[in-house]
Amino acid sequence: MADVKTAAYICKGCEIDKRVDVAALSKAATKSGKMNIVREHDFLCSAEGVAMIQNDIDNEGVTHAALCACSRRAKTDAFNFTSIAVSRGNLREGVIWIRPDTDAARETTQEMAEDYVRMACAEVKAMQVPQGNQNTGAVKTLLVVGGGISGMTSALESSKAGYKVVLVEKTGALGGWAAKLHKRVPTREPFKAPEDNGVSDLVARIEADSNIKVYLNATIAKTDGAPGRFKVEIAIESGAVANEDIGAIVQATGFTLYDANKLPELGYGKSPNVVDQAGLEALANAAAAAGKPICRPSDGQPVNKVVFVQCAGQRDNSGTHLPYCSGFCCNTSIKQAMYFKDSNPDIDTVVLFTDLRTPGNGEDFYRSAQNKGVIFSKGVVSDVSAAGNACAVKFKDLILNEEVDTQADLVVLATGMVPTSGPDLDQLAEANRVAEGGGEEAKQHVVELMSKSVLNLTYRQGPDIPHFKHGFNDSHFICFPYETRRTAVYTAGPVRRPMDIMQAQEDATGAAMKAIQAMENAGLGKAAHPRAGDLSFPTVRLEGCTQCKRCTVECPFGAIDEDAKRFPLFNESRCRRCGTCMGACPVRVISFENYSVNTVGSQIKAVDVPDEFSEKPRILILACENDAYPALDMAAMNRHEYDPFVRVIPIRCLGSVNTIWITDALNGGYDGVMLMGCKHGEEYQCHFVKGSELGRYRLSKVGDTLKGMNLETERVMDLEVAITDIATLPQKINDYAALIKSFPPSPFKGF
Amino acid sequence: MSDLNQKMAAKYQNNFLKEIEEQAEMGEWVKMCMQCGLCSGSCPTNFQAGWDHPPQELFMMIRAGKRDEVLKSNSMWMCTSCYNCYVRCPRKVPVTHVMHGIAEYAYRIGQSPKNQPTQHLSKTFWDNCTKTGRVNEVKLTQSLYFKDGIGSGIKKAMEMQSVALGLVKAKRLNLMEAVGLSHKCKDIKGIHAMLAKANELEAKRQADKAKA
Ligand code: SF4
Ligand code: SF4
Ligand code: SF4
Ligand code: SF4
Repeated sequence: MADVKTAAYICKGCEIDKRVDVAALSKAATKSGKMNIVREHDFLCSAEGVAMIQNDIDNEGVTHAALCACSRRAKTDAFNFTSIAVSRGNLREGVIWIRPDTDAARETTQEMAEDYVRMACAEVKAMQVPQGNQNTGAVKTLLVVGGGISGMTSALESSKAGYKVVLVEKTGALGGWAAKLHKRVPTREPFKAPEDNGVSDLVARIEADSNIKVYLNATIAKTDGAPGRFKVEIAIESGAVANEDIGAIVQATGFTLYDANKLPELGYGKSPNVVDQAGLEALANAAAAAGKPICRPSDGQPVNKVVFVQCAGQRDNSGTHLPYCSGFCCNTSIKQAMYFKDSNPDIDTVVLFTDLRTPGNGEDFYRSAQNKGVIFSKGVVSDVSAAGNACAVKFKDLILNEEVDTQADLVVLATGMVPTSGPDLDQLAEANRVAEGGGEEAKQHVVELMSKSVLNLTYRQGPDIPHFKHGFNDSHFICFPYETRRTAVYTAGPVRRPMDIMQAQEDATGAAMKAIQAMENAGLGKAAHPRAGDLSFPTVRLEGCTQCKRCTVECPFGAIDEDAKRFPLFNESRCRRCGTCMGACPVRVISFENYSVNTVGSQIKAVDVPDEFSEKPRILILACENDAYPALDMAAMNRHEYDPFVRVIPIRCLGSVNTIWITDALNGGYDGVMLMGCKHGEEYQCHFVKGSELGRYRLSKVGDTLKGMNLETERVMDLEVAITDIATLPQKINDYAALIKSFPPSPFKGF
Repeated sequence: MSDLNQKMAAKYQNNFLKEIEEQAEMGEWVKMCMQCGLCSGSCPTNFQAGWDHPPQELFMMIRAGKRDEVLKSNSMWMCTSCYNCYVRCPRKVPVTHVMHGIAEYAYRIGQSPKNQPTQHLSKTFWDNCTKTGRVNEVKLTQSLYFKDGIGSGIKKAMEMQSVALGLVKAKRLNLMEAVGLSHKCKDIKGIHAMLAKANELEAKRQADKAKA
């Protein structure tokens, strides 16, 4: 940038001026901050205060402004200056709200405030105005993969919102699982009887919708590009390939039933009278078509008694079958029992369950089935065997605590959902490794895994969305349910987590809306969740790059490919701006315009570190901006006090922490460094999914550095923080500060 | 086996749940139980006084067709009608009433346990109070104490002596009742007519049910 003109603005409102010496703050901004302009204002976020800043931008040519007032999370609307670089000094939540208003505290409070002013000045000078990613694509067509209820719903909802949709279905007809259902679990008051499966209505609406283009008998052969400019090749029946330009993708590829052949002890495959839930739907459809009641497959005789076995091959903790509950099958068995009771109340229908789980309005449906005379028994089935045209069922009655033998004409197994989520990327990577230079068999294994691919992405990180728990493509089921680790690719329906039709429709709508948002943001060069709207993007100084590939490997979102010369090739529109690559880069050549090794590093250096005789230690806190920093802000709102010797710097993610910050701080005489990041692992809270995990892995190596410097390893501490830790966080800070004070002062002070 | 019992067993064959639904008062609720166990967990008797089966289990046994065990169970007779289960059942099963319904049915068809104390009390109390329209406390106590013979009757009477004296002093017990000089209702005839009519109606209802 040609002419840099810096300014610091110090707010006196919210009682800041009553608690600290504002003139001294101005002096810090001028002397240490070296700002060209320094102004105080009684009420900076007021129209008048904002106008003052705007006037400086317009008439004084200010390009960089440090606003020393409240937390960067407050008053964002008022302080929304997009044409200049802006930093925030947190005097309110960061200082006066977390310190007692006493004479004894006055001195340390003042020092804290002056440091935050200096830090804001240092940060803004290291920043540039984000220009926005130029490498954008403006395609606004949504690709929906999978033509079941979820896929059709996503397509219809996007069309309703005014977007074009390409819908790809691998079979010859739309409808998916729901189309196989004789009837479906009720979706409307009074939730008492099965209702029409609703598929033909959806199909008709799709066919009548000029925004939606449907490919049947088609699969995705290749997905290339990035959000806003995907190039998708669709393999169609004729063997030809259709090309589509796509902005964002919803994967709604659903599930298959768990293979009942794996349950021989429950009689599947041994008797035609043992079926899974899909088998029963087929029998019901055939019976309805023939205008007859449902008959026994073995001899076509009427069914007098049917037994439903819940959780068949599910909720299994032996490791053989599915460990989870699929959540839809209890309601399905209730519905199927009604097929019998509604046609003939004398048919004995027994549902053997351990816990009956009826989400949504299933409870009413369950009651209705009880009213119709369906018998529910708490029991575990151990064996089903063929006994002539009947089946012998052995189960343990869990209420009466006894083994029971009973007979049935038909046994229905409630097996669960197995997601159609593509190959497991870790498995695939391993198979690829083995196949390299390996035999035919190893190569065949790769081909086999690749044949399961849904999206065939050309990403370096693999052809599909990474799996999470149990092979589902779940992201975070509470905080950001539809997000995946591939930007602008969203999952909806049972491919994401087990769910029923109602939930899948809600899900499909949500995913479609997220996909639209992602397309729109991509077109504007802006980031998607969780930094939605962020215009910065990572750039790499290739001259310095050693081709170590750390960034390519660690990027949780598969945003970085390799170019022909094996240099990292950033796909800005796939990037979520987490900064993990920046934290990973050992030679520190990756940076963002407004977030870099330098923006944080210069803040660390701006803090005044008193000498070892002052008894004023300095503790650096690097706090994740998604959870820890808001938790600190809220602690401040509740006036929870904490130690005056800490200096907090918000970071985008623990993954973005470059270890140089820690060594610099320690070398600069800080007595301790505390890192606050989200929980990682299976129950992760990290907004960048893998960021905190990668960051922690990197930090685990810091111990050696500390030993090399002859420092106690406890001086660097990693704290897991959730946004809800509002009340406990200050105590944890104080405990840590007490620990640091128990050590001698850092020997590096004053160097 | 009583005739009625045989008749019912034959009528419902293997469908005891249906038998309870049609014959026992409130029996139609049994199928609505979802086996959560809240009733059993709420019951203040805590099943220490020798309940055969807690209510939830009893309902499950009905559904499992355990006819003899249910009808001969002492559980329904152990219920103190505290209504804890009744108010707590998330399925709004009127547990207390169902218990009494089953008890009454078991008694009606002669299957209830013999010489079961609370059953004996119910019967004695009823016979005693319907005679005059008022309870004759002395006679009621006597017949309860001496239920298991003279010896144990005397023993129990001795044990309760001070309580009885206290009641007499407080004019809550009139010893003259022992010789029949008890308090009565003004219109004994009316009471009897009313009870006869109720019996008639109930008999008709039972007969209709048995026919259906
Ligand atoms: S929904 Fe019901 S049958 Fe299905 S796994 Fe869960 S508990 Fe078992
Ligand atoms: S690691 Fe994060 S910031 Fe870096 S390219 Fe990947 S998504 Fe973008
Ligand atoms: S509380 Fe109600 S639903 Fe639960 S076990 Fe008892 S009767 Fe059944
Ligand atoms: S009403 Fe009877 S069964 Fe119910 S809690 Fe009271 S004593 Fe137990």
